Amino acid sequence: MGIFDKFSKLAAQLNQVRALFGGFNVVIEKIISPTEAIVNGQKVILAGTNNYLGLTFDKACIEAACAAIRAEGTGTTGSRMANGTYHSHVALEQELSEFFGRRATIVFTTGYAANLGVLSTLVGRDDLVLLDADCHASIYDGTRLGGVPVYRFRHNDVEDLEKKLRRLREKNPSANILIVVEGLYSMLGDRAPLADIAHLKEKYGAYLLVDEAHSLGVLGEKGRGLAEEAGVEDKVDFIVGTFSKSLASIGGYCTSNYEELELLRYASRPYVFTASLSPANIAAARAALRIIRERPELKERLWQNAYQLYGRLKELGFELGPEPSPIVAVRFRQPEKALKTWYGLLERGVYVNMVLPPATPGGEALLRASVSAAHTPAQIAAISEAFAALA
Amino acid sequence: MRREEIFETVREILAEVLNRPVEITPETRFEKDLEVDSLRAMEILAAVEDRFDITVPINVLNEIRTVGDLVKEIEKLMEGDHGHL
Repeated sequence: MGIFDKFSKLAAQLNQVRALFGGFNVVIEKIISPTEAIVNGQKVILAGTNNYLGLTFDKACIEAACAAIRAEGTGTTGSRMANGTYHSHVALEQELSEFFGRRATIVFTTGYAANLGVLSTLVGRDDLVLLDADCHASIYDGTRLGGVPVYRFRHNDVEDLEKKLRRLREKNPSANILIVVEGLYSMLGDRAPLADIAHLKEKYGAYLLVDEAHSLGVLGEKGRGLAEEAGVEDKVDFIVGTFSKSLASIGGYCTSNYEELELLRYASRPYVFTASLSPANIAAARAALRIIRERPELKERLWQNAYQLYGRLKELGFELGPEPSPIVAVRFRQPEKALKTWYGLLERGVYVNMVLPPATPGGEALLRASVSAAHTPAQIAAISEAFAALA
Repeated sequence: MRREEIFETVREILAEVLNRPVEITPETRFEKDLEVDSLRAMEILAAVEDRFDITVPINVLNEIRTVGDLVKEIEKLMEGDHGHL
């Protein structure tokens, strides 16, 4: 028994795919713009990038990142707890606090590390976590690292959540219960029923954490996410998010009205035991955050594109996620059909994400298109036409 | 509820979710003998929670391999004897 034998099933599946299509690991040979790249020697439209506002090539963001590299160097080479907290890290934390109207913000090195760092530390062994079954892997992993009792409720099922809250509250009258949901779910692009969840949180005396990774800059009048859109920001205790989607950089954060959030810095292993964000990443995120405030028209364009693509794919008879959003998920019951369509799209010059079980909810396969404010109407039409040719 | 009654209710749940009559003993393994995949496991779990009015922490799911393991876990949770519970 070799150490890699446990992967034999995975290896067989990979070989099957390779035999059919020659593999599916996409290498971006050249990135041309937020919406175009060269893949397999061919120009493709990128429709699976999380680049919601299309800011990766924004002039102001690039200038800010370049200036930061020249002024502060290429990396911090240290932890936030040691030599890795620069003035710019602190400034970004203050700007995020102002943006969200909250008292405390901690910046982490990735969005994954933010969930890992917060959930593994905030929740102790005497507390309980109740999470939506479709929550992101980083949320599951954070609770696993903390070794705390975790319960889950059916995806977006408020009735099931209440049933579980009631049972857990009856048995644990004084325990801290943390409910964890997402603003926009990354696989099907659907929102959490946040007003109802916030109501239950109050009713059962729980805490509420919302991961707004896909909703920052996308939902809410000011772009603060689903909590803003649903009008329940005062009931959401913790917001976690990332810089690697709308903010076109990399990094993550947690923001809260609890000033005690600051204590997590001294206890959170994913915060302490990794190097801090590079100055360029911080500067790009700060510039992008300013753009979210100053250019609301980007969000408008993003939604126009989302409605256009969702509507067209629906007309074509594809089975989609439950509501239009910048994540347009095309659902396939047969993974083979998803693979064929994915490859066909690539041949027609369109890149989307392919997600296969077990990463998908419900065991189905998904082609996950995500639109950007930077897509032109012609590009959205081209994406739709490529799907139409394969419908 | 006695262990035999829990076992009988679990048998009913498995028959419903798997949509076929099942022959089980406490040693029956979910994955190897009943071919329960992760999706079916979620359905079984939800049905168990509703029927017994309990909430099963996902932390223990990896430890539940046989019908007997599940029955013991249900017993524990119904007694409220599960760690801090």
